[in-house]
Amino acid sequence: MSEKQRAGEVIEASTTGFVAQCYELYQSPPLGSLVKTADLPVELYGIVYNATTTSLEPGRRPIARGKDKTSEEEIYRSSPQLTQLLRSEFSTLVVGYRENEKLHYHLPPKPARIHGFVHLCPPEEVKEFSQSFDFLNILINTHLPVPTNELIAACLRQMSRVHEDPHPFLVAAGKELAILLSGDLNQLKAILGRMK
Amino acid sequence: MTQEDTGGQRLGTVVSGSLNKGIEVKLDSSASVEDMAVGRYVTIEGERRRFFGMITDVSLGVTDQKLTQTPPGVSDLFIAEVLAGTSTYGTLHVLPTLTIGGDATSLLEGPQPVKTVPSHFSAVNLASQRDVELVFGSEDEKRFYIGTPLDMETKICLDLPELVKRSNGIFGKSGTGKTFLTRLLLIGMLQKGAAVNLVFDMHSEYGWESRNEAGRKVKALKQLFPSRVAVFTLDEEGSRRRQVSTDFVVRIGYDEIEPEDMVLLRQTLNLTEPAIEAVYQLSQRFGRNWLESSLALKDSGESNELLKEMSIHESTYQNLQRGLATIRRLPFLVPHTPDNPVKRVLEYLDQGMNVVLEFGRYTDITAYILVANLLTRRIHAQYRERMEKAIGEDTAPPHPLVITIEEAHRFLNPELASQTIFGIIAREMRKYNVTLLVIDQRPSGIDSEVMSQIGTKITCLLDNDRDIDSVLSGVSGRNELKSVLSRLESKQQALIFGHAVPMPVVVRTREYGSPKSYKDFMPAGEADIRKQAEKDIEELWE
Repeated sequence: MSEKQRAGEVIEASTTGFVAQCYELYQSPPLGSLVKTADLPVELYGIVYNATTTSLEPGRRPIARGKDKTSEEEIYRSSPQLTQLLRSEFSTLVVGYRENEKLHYHLPPKPARIHGFVHLCPPEEVKEFSQSFDFLNILINTHLPVPTNELIAACLRQMSRVHEDPHPFLVAAGKELAILLSGDLNQLKAILGRMK
Repeated sequence: MTQEDTGGQRLGTVVSGSLNKGIEVKLDSSASVEDMAVGRYVTIEGERRRFFGMITDVSLGVTDQKLTQTPPGVSDLFIAEVLAGTSTYGTLHVLPTLTIGGDATSLLEGPQPVKTVPSHFSAVNLASQRDVELVFGSEDEKRFYIGTPLDMETKICLDLPELVKRSNGIFGKSGTGKTFLTRLLLIGMLQKGAAVNLVFDMHSEYGWESRNEAGRKVKALKQLFPSRVAVFTLDEEGSRRRQVSTDFVVRIGYDEIEPEDMVLLRQTLNLTEPAIEAVYQLSQRFGRNWLESSLALKDSGESNELLKEMSIHESTYQNLQRGLATIRRLPFLVPHTPDNPVKRVLEYLDQGMNVVLEFGRYTDITAYILVANLLTRRIHAQYRERMEKAIGEDTAPPHPLVITIEEAHRFLNPELASQTIFGIIAREMRKYNVTLLVIDQRPSGIDSEVMSQIGTKITCLLDNDRDIDSVLSGVSGRNELKSVLSRLESKQQALIFGHAVPMPVVVRTREYGSPKSYKDFMPAGEADIRKQAEKDIEELWE
């Protein structure tokens, strides 16, 4: 796997998800993209649901520096230390794992390892993973700090990009959602509206 | 959709139902509700049996009632596409009627009536041609091809020897193809030799050619089977004008009319109850020539004396006289005939010839009731005698006879059914090898007791509720059939159910009227007719 697709490194892990820090500031993968981290022989798949950029030290908040500057780039140029004092992180929700070449769409037996490398999944792998929509169930039933509807829609939009014709994929995913959300038409409509 | 890919196409799964009310099938999202049609056949693959059934209703369902209150906008195709088959879906109502294959009995003895329902989530497929053939059989020396099921090319066949064992009915609004269906059935009986026919042909349509609604000439029995059909006529002149080659001109003598024949005419002649009583008295008094003698009574002292003696009131006599005068005005009635029409009809029937009696211009119901009833009563008596003799002497019973009557509600209405010979035939003559083919457009006018004895009913479109109810009375799954019946097309479609078919079936009736159709009816070996048909085809192209 090429280094280019390496998105970060696990710095916090639990059974349901992990948090990774990006090597470069602001270089977190897009919302809803599929990433993976290895704990050989198991590979964990996660979906990016949140990304943050904060100060390295929790007590030190960044201050506004641009009063005399004409552009944002100028700020970073004049204070090159900034990129070292800030960090970007992204949180993922574990939606499945691969063990012995077989994909499982449920929680893995063990959480990810700290310092495990996190890679962005290449298109073929996304395609393979999205052949089943069983992972949607995990997304729907998790309480996250971000709106679930947004996350599901973003995730399906991301996945649809790797398919030659995104439309049938989105329709099939929509049908799966319609079954899962049969009791909640409003939520279904909200998600479908964001998927197009 | 072509024929090939409809056979066995998957439609959906069984989700609920009962044997009485039918089965609910949820359509798969791949099958469109708009492709379904009431009356089509489906097979249901149960765990151990295969079920054969008919679609009787198609409906739309939603999982969430909110969808019906706030439907997605028409322009939002994506949402509509996603919801189709999941939150919004089509359901079929299927009436299972037979089990085919799967268990030993149905393998050996063919399709069996259903006694249970398929289990949950059994797959439902459109019936393939093979399935339909398995149920309705294929054309052979007993089965006559009557039409095809909707959207299929398979032939639906009627087992004619089985059909003529019971009285049958052809019903439908006027202009829905009753006459064509009747011609087809008559030809079938002729072709398969299932029975000899006596047709009381009120509108002169069955013996010789007539015109269809489009104005094209359509051939009839005598032209297709000249050696096996005899045309009798009441209206010699009319028949000659139509260039019909008739075999016998029917004339009826006054002395052949019996008091029983008058009973039936009570309504049409507007006779009172005492007038009918008077008929019996007069016939007792004057014997065979009662009709003439009664009309000859003049308003003289002597006659009045006679009437008084028989205690016939004068107004009653006048009422009767008016009625008798109406009859006497019928031109085919003569004081005396040398030839007996009943004997002639029987002679022909005995030779296996089919008799069509044309009424020509006497389409008046009085003439029809009088003649039909008069002839049938005599023939009935003969058949009864012969059958009893055959049973007694252990000889061959007489050939089955089918009597075709039109406007049947006039003979078989609740008031008359108990008296006319047709009522009796419908009820009990099966035992004497005589059955009826009843053709009518107001089945509700027919006595329910007679209707219940009709074995196989073939009905074209009916749209009067009372008519539909009367046709379907006593049939299992009648509510389902009702919706099928009222949705038949007004031409060339008929619902057949009853004794001769294993399950109710909607057919698009076989073509009748083209040179090719005539050719198909020809029995092999009748080369001259074949030649004639070929000539007709040539003429058509000229």
